[in-house]
This record gives sequence, C-alpha cells and structure tokens, in this order.
Amino acid sequence: MQDFDVIVVGGGHAGCEAAAAAARMGAKTALLTHKLETIGVMSCNPAIGGLGKGHLVREIDALDGVMGRAIDRAGIQFRMLNATKGPAVRGPRAQADRKLYREAMQDILNNYPNLTLLAGAADDLIIGTDGRIAGLRTMAGTEYKCRAVVLTTGTFLRGLIHRGDERIPAGRVGEAPAVGLAQTLERLEFPLGRLKTGTPARIKASTIDWSVCEEQPGDNPPVPFSFLTDKIRVPQISCHITYTTEKTHEIIRANLHRAPMYSGAIKGTGPRYCPSIEDKVVRFADKERHQIFLEPEGLDDDTVYPNGISNALPIEVQAEMLKSIPGLERAEVKEWAYAIEYDFCDPRDLRATLESKRLPGLYLAGQINGTTGYEEAGAQGLMAGINAARAAGASDQPFVLDRAEAYIGVLIDDLITRGTGEPYRMFTSRAEYRLRLRADNADQRLTDRGIATGCVTVSRETAWTEKKELLAAARMMAVGAEMTPNALAEQGVHIVMDGVRRSAFDLLGRPDIDWETLCRIWPQLGTIGPAIAEQLAIDAVYAGYIDRSEMDVQAFRRDEALLLPDGIDYDSIGSLSNEVKAKLKAARPETLGAASRIPGVTPAAIVALLRHVKKREPRRVA
Amino acid sequence: MATHETIYALASAPGRSGVAVLRVSGPAARDSLRLLTGRDVVARAATLCRLRDPASRETIDEALVLLFTAPASYTGEDVVEYHLHGSAAVVRSLLTFLSRQGGHRLAEPGEFTRRAFEHGKMDLTEAEAVADLIDAETEAQKAQALEQLGGALSALYDGWRHDLTRALAHLEADIDFPDEDLPDGVAGQVRPVLATLIAALDDHLSDNRRGERLRDGIQVAVIGAPNAGKSSLVNALTRRDVAIVSAQAGTTRDVIEAHLNIGGYPVILADTAGLRPDQIGSEGHEGIESEGIRRALKRAADADIRLLLFDATTLPAIDPHTMALADDRALVAVNKGDINPDAAAALRAHLMTEVINISVSRETGLGDLTAALVARIEKLMERRRPGPSLTRERHRAALTECRAALDRALAAPLPELMAEDVRLAVRALGRITGRVDVEDLLDVIFRDFCIGK
Repeated sequence: MQDFDVIVVGGGHAGCEAAAAAARMGAKTALLTHKLETIGVMSCNPAIGGLGKGHLVREIDALDGVMGRAIDRAGIQFRMLNATKGPAVRGPRAQADRKLYREAMQDILNNYPNLTLLAGAADDLIIGTDGRIAGLRTMAGTEYKCRAVVLTTGTFLRGLIHRGDERIPAGRVGEAPAVGLAQTLERLEFPLGRLKTGTPARIKASTIDWSVCEEQPGDNPPVPFSFLTDKIRVPQISCHITYTTEKTHEIIRANLHRAPMYSGAIKGTGPRYCPSIEDKVVRFADKERHQIFLEPEGLDDDTVYPNGISNALPIEVQAEMLKSIPGLERAEVKEWAYAIEYDFCDPRDLRATLESKRLPGLYLAGQINGTTGYEEAGAQGLMAGINAARAAGASDQPFVLDRAEAYIGVLIDDLITRGTGEPYRMFTSRAEYRLRLRADNADQRLTDRGIATGCVTVSRETAWTEKKELLAAARMMAVGAEMTPNALAEQGVHIVMDGVRRSAFDLLGRPDIDWETLCRIWPQLGTIGPAIAEQLAIDAVYAGYIDRSEMDVQAFRRDEALLLPDGIDYDSIGSLSNEVKAKLKAARPETLGAASRIPGVTPAAIVALLRHVKKREPRRVA
Repeated sequence: MATHETIYALASAPGRSGVAVLRVSGPAARDSLRLLTGRDVVARAATLCRLRDPASRETIDEALVLLFTAPASYTGEDVVEYHLHGSAAVVRSLLTFLSRQGGHRLAEPGEFTRRAFEHGKMDLTEAEAVADLIDAETEAQKAQALEQLGGALSALYDGWRHDLTRALAHLEADIDFPDEDLPDGVAGQVRPVLATLIAALDDHLSDNRRGERLRDGIQVAVIGAPNAGKSSLVNALTRRDVAIVSAQAGTTRDVIEAHLNIGGYPVILADTAGLRPDQIGSEGHEGIESEGIRRALKRAADADIRLLLFDATTLPAIDPHTMALADDRALVAVNKGDINPDAAAALRAHLMTEVINISVSRETGLGDLTAALVARIEKLMERRRPGPSLTRERHRAALTECRAALDRALAAPLPELMAEDVRLAVRALGRITGRVDVEDLLDVIFRDFCIGK
C-alpha cells in the first residue's frame, strides 16, 4: 500500500494550494483528482483578484503559494482597482485566459518536489482505531495510507442544478459523485447547510457586436500579483461592457413565475453581493440598466462570460432576454445559465487550522466550507495544507494567522466563529485592521512567518531577505534625516511652525510632499531605488493610523491568547442564557476572543466563560 | 502586562455621597498620580494629598490616596484609589483630568475584574461573587441602554447610529465595489451627513450639562467678603444649621454644602470662605495661599450660579475680589440692607446689574432672592431646542470620542482614512447603542446598492 503524509482530494484552487503547501513543508504529498487535465480549471468566471480577493492572492503569494504566479502567467487584462484611492484599498485584479491558467498551474504542480499527482476518484476515508484519519480508498479500490487528508471537493454534496423547472442532480458535470465520502460525513454527523449560487450563459465571442459595447482597457504597464514576477509577458487585451435595457427587464418581469428563485423551487440562500438578474430587476426596480462585463475566456477562445446576468430562467426566456441587450442581439449561446444548490459543511465545526473537530487528521478547505471564489478557496487550501503537513510531521504547533495580520486570518476566523449564511466572499470591510492588511505589504506581514514555519522555498526567501534589508536601510535613513520647520521653510517646504523636528519619513506621509522634494533636501535619499521608495511612501501614509491602532491590536491579541479548552460543557455554566449556550455550542470557539466575536455573546457571558476556564486550570501565571 | 491601557472609573455609586472612590488601574496609573500630587506616594498607605491639575493649576480636591503597586493589587497592575469628597463637581474634575492623560480611558463594565482574572488575582470564591456582580452590572447597563435612558434619548442615539452606520456603509461600498455601477459621488454625499452629525453631537454635548445638573444638582456658590453674612444666608435659605455661624470673620474655612430644593430644582448651595483682601494680595486671585480661599475661588469657577453677597455696611467701599467675579453667571445681593438702605441702589449703579436688597438677620428680601434664583435656574435649564439631554459621564466620553473621530474623518486626505475614522466613530457610538457588526454594514450596502457581477 502506498504511503503518504498528506493526501489532498480535489484539484481545484483549494486543492492546488493545499497540495503545493504541504509539499513545500516537506510532507510526502499526493493530490488525488478525477482527471489530471482538470487541475487548475476555472469553473466560474475567468478572473482572479479584486478588492479583498486580490489581497488574499498577495498573501498566498507571500507564503510562497502558487496562485499569484499562475495568474501572472495567464492574465490577459490587469487592472489595479481603486487606483485613485490609497494603497490600503487597492486591489489587483486580472482577467485570465482559462487555458493559460490551467496550463500554468499544471506546469507548476507537475514539477513540484514532494508532490505526486494521482488520477482517481475518492470513495471513502479510512479511519484508524484511534479515531484519526488513517488513509483513503478510491473508487477503483486502491487504498492509500496517510496521516492527514485535505478535502477540497467543492460542491460535491447533493448538488442540484435549476434552470426554469428543470432539475438536474449534479456533482460536477461529468463527474461521478463520491457516495462513500458523503456517507462518511453523514455518519459522523458533520453539520451541513445549503447554499445557492448562479452562473450566466456562455456566449460565442464571434457572434457579439463589439462595436456597440464600451471598451475597458487594462493598466499599462500591468502590475503583477506575485512578489516574484518582475514583468507580465502575456499579450494584453481590452474587456467590454454592455448594459441591460428596459426591454430586458420587461422580459424578466413577465417570466418571474418561471424563475426557480421566485417559484419557490430553490431553498438555498443565494449571496447578497451576487444577485441573479431576476433579483436585481425585482429589488432595484427603478434602475434603468444593469451593467454586464463581457469577460473573454481566453486569447484564442471563442467563449465570453457575460458577468452580471446570472439567472435560472428557462432557455427560451434566456434567449429572448439576450436579444434585448445591445451587442448580444445575435449572440449564440454555448451553454445556458443555471442556478445550483449544494450542501456545505458548517465551518464552525473546524479549528483555526481547518482541521475537523470531529475527525482528527481531516482538513476541509474551499467551497465545501461555504465560501465562494478562487482566492478564498486558495487561501484556505494553503492554510489547510500547511497545517496538515505540520500535523503529519508530528508538530503540535498549529500555523494560524490572526485578524490583525492577514485577510487569511479574517477569512478563517469569520468562518469558524460565525459560520456563514450565504456563500462567503471576502470584502475589505470585513477587516478591522484594514490599513495594516494591504496588498502591497503582504510580504512584510507574512513572508517571515512563512519562513519560520517552513512553507517558503529558498528562492523566495532570498528575494525577500534582500528586499527586507533594503527596506530597513531606507527606512532608517528616512527616519534619521530630520529638520526643524524653520529649516524646512528655507527649503521651500512649509509646515506648522511648532519647532518640532520632522523626519523625511514623517514628511513622506503628507500628500503635499513628494519623494523628489525630499531627495533635494536630503540628497542621500537619492540612493534608494524607486520600488523601495514607493513602499516607504506607502508605509509612511499609514504610519500614524497604524500606531494609533496598536493598543487595539494588543487588546485583541490578549483575548486571542486565552485558549478555551476542547469539550467545554456549556450546559454546566449556570449563568449563561440558553441563547448564548446554543451559540457557543454551535461554534465551540477556540479562544476567548473568538467567543466574544460570536454575535449575541454578551460581556457577562465572556466573564462567566473565563471564570469557568479558570476553574479548570486554577492558576495561570500572569 | 505593560501593554495595557490604563483604565479608570468611579468605584462608588454615582451622585451624591460622603466619599467618592475613583479607581485607576494600569501602567500609567502612577504617572497620573504623580502629575496630580506632584510627588511620590508611598504604596499601601493612606496619604492625604492635594490633587492639582497641573495644566490649570487648579486644586481638584484634598483627597486620601492609596497606591497599590503591581502585582499586589486588585487587578494585578498598578492601582491608585482616590478617595474624594463626594461632590459631583470634584469627581467630574478628576474624571476630566484623567480623560486627558495619554493611555488613559474609562473602563468598560467589568474590566477591572477581567484584568484581575487575567493576572490570576482571584481565587474561586472571590471570582464567583464578582462574576455575579458583573452580571448585575452588565444587566443594569443593558437595562440602562434600553430603558433608563428613556425613550427620547435612546431614539436620538439610535437615530445617530442609523445615520452613521449608513454613512459608513456607503463609504465601504465605494471602497469595496469600485467596479459596480454605484451612483456618482456616493462617498461625497457622506460628508454633509458627517457634518450634520457633528453639529448634532456638539449641540447635545454643549447642553450646559443640563441632564447631569438635573441628576446631580445645580451648583450655586455663595461668594463674598468675610462677615458679609454668607453662612447666615445659607442657613436662612435651608432653614437648618449647616454651617457654623459666628460673628468673627473667616469662620467658614472650608466649603460647606447644603442640598436643597429651590423651585423644584435640586440645588447644591455651597457656603465658601470669605475672600480676604489681605490673603489675596496684589497678584489677585492667582497668588493666593489660603486653602479656604483657594477652594472658594475654585467653587466660584465651577459653579453654575455665583451668588455674590456684598456687605451694605462697608459701602461705599466695594470688595474688589467679590466684584471681580461679577459676570453673567453672577446673581448679586447686598446684605444688611436694613442698616444701609442706599447700598443696593449704589451697587446697582456701580455694577450695572440687578441687585437684590436683603437682610438675613431680619429675614427680609429672602423671597425676592429665592425668586431671582429660580428665574436664573430656569434660564439656565431652559432648553435651547427641544431634545433630550445627556445624563452620564460615560456617554459624554463616548460621544466626545465619536465627535473627535468624525472631525478627523472630514479632514482625512484619502477615502480609506476617512472610512477608518468613521469606523472609530461608529465604534465609540456603539459603546452606548450596541456594537455595529460588519453584517449590519453589508446589509445596508446590499440594500442600498445593486451590487453583483
């Protein structure tokens, strides 16, 4: 029987990151997927990044993950969103060539040290007599031994496709459902929830009248995702935007009773941020038009993904609707739109490492945890892969990022403490410490942590160490160069005449003072390279705000440091209300901080919890 | 832990009491103590100290101070307890002073106890007892938020919370959904909302502490030269002996308070030491040494109304030190008018203000004085606008913080910096109205805007 440390099931975005991360950690890793050709497939819209999501990709990259480098090899239109706002809320986004992305990912993983790619379908988990994961069995009957399994199987549980009044049970199209796995999860009573999501029709690019659409060019030059990519070499194209019309809305309104969302056929909760076009027309009845991004699926691909008109209307209504949209009057459809309902595992059943609280050695990552998006999936895969490898290597130290250091921390903490009622997507609004968690400083925040835990390979470590030293030297120089307001006035820089000396770093944070001016005053700054100078300028803009939030972050971390033991009997804590007990039982928080973030858990409940814990471990040294 | 903020709170019940205990805990507790006392205080010993605000050089109180150094304290941190005279004005002065100190903030409910837990300072029996207390405290706070506040006040705060949440949601939408077809200038429309909120907060915060006055009493200080008859007047007004009355000048060396009800309003009448010209000296009120007079002047400064009492028998000489206090807060009376009936008219001509002629010993003119006092109180309590008033120091602190954050937000050079300060403003307001969760924001965003590709 073949023996692995970690087996990753699923070759989507969570699976790819999980397998690569476990392998980087030195674990003997296998990635098991139905077909090796589908590794890295973008099953929804062909784009990576955006606000919050782009931040996640940078963080994955800072921990030496693969997504950033793959999209840099596949992006055909790069845009830095919010370019007119400050760097903390700029999000890199790229339109991907599906084929190039898939090829890039497969190319990366094919040659990955410690990683074996296995074609096959998982049938069931093998659980040892100690109640831990012991191995995995495939549909073909092959058994593998392993110490940890990372399950990244997406929407494989009870998938149901809706289109008009059609119902098509589905795992993923053309893939056999893993019945054994589903039964095992059921037997272990994994708590399940049901979600819904939709997808628009796919259209033939050659049948679209592009002349009537708005052109949206990409950035020039395109800014890469990965800290290791110096330049984008893929040819760049423009995207196009068109809009629905009053006619479109009339057609939809006239056929609402045939939309499963409105006929009551769909019971799962759809995402608020990604409403179907039926929903948009009903809820925003006075809006005259809704925008549609015509996203090309590739440089030599004749498919367009019309982002913004997902629906589950019957085919004939869809056809009529498309004809009412400028540019799409003669569009031919390659695949019709549909909505899909699926089960997910309530992520409150997971630890911060993404390990199941029910089944030690089993890690869950990606859509199966109720998230949506490649980036959210990749981020979870990365963390699950690292932790599975650590556990397989008998390390008792979990690798967890907190809310103050990464969007990854926000993502996982939200999932495990609050669960989710809709497909979970990242927004920068979710991050309390948004000004710290920037896309530009992901390496400053995370790469050293990655090096310490062992998930960063030598080439990145070398590049980062060099950048870190340059940054530190530049910062020291900029902080050391000081002048009084009077002396600055003589140089033509006018600030408040309060007699307080200002450093070049202080001045750099002001919107009215640029780097050239500073270099004129302090010529030694001229030795700093442009990339490092830019980073310094960004750090300076936020320095004051970040200093101010330091107390907050420390208070937050104190509560995070207070671990709540497994298996607290919440019923035995007399002073808790039944409502609070139910909430705590559902989430079983791992730290006092996590408990306090569960909506409805009161300060009094937190104190009662603290008291209960202190009772169990009577003395803790201050 | 050295990284903690220093927290403070009134440990005794708010309002009138014999002694008020204010507790400060944290790494900077000794710093503020040193600033207030100007010296080092021995730990674990009760020390009588004069507390002075070094910025204004005003004496806050003569207080018993107890210092417990870490870890041998209730919380395990440096703890200072100030045992003050139980006057709302004194407590407020010290709270105000502490709120201005770096790293100091008002404690959250149960926070002292939480720190004690964190530092392993409690054994089980203590813990049980205190946890019950905190339950009660938190419950009370909840009840307060929902009921004690009264419908009007909670409606006002909820309205602000709603407006502010919506403003923040719109800023967040502008940040998180740049690719969506949002209406033009969503973020720009937030500015006037914030400005309106700032004006509303200012209005509310500057209500002359009407609510607190109603709760704690209106401060009236009786000021005058020695032997002008201040104590006799206070006695006459309260019809009970609260001050030692003697014919010898300078008997009332301390400030003596009488709580009474005048025209339906709670009034704290403070009988002060006489302003003796020889002790005030040529430098005027800045250079005095006598503690009694210092307190009298402090009282005059803090008072809502100053009742200036002149002695008719000393006219035409007018006591300059009392006269120096004649401003729009002053109500002027002349005592012993029966001996020198022309005094009132002379004073009136000199001060260009209404002067009430009384004789405490004959009990004449007291009705006029009471009526004038009631008129003055009513004017003071008059609402400049309809609206509920602020009742708690704690709320004042949260609203002040909210307002400061909104000010910064309007000056912020970048949208995300503006949003950051609005977030802090929302959080400050949330300490009164309940936390605003990110889901609340997302709900507003997806309700107000059609978002979704």
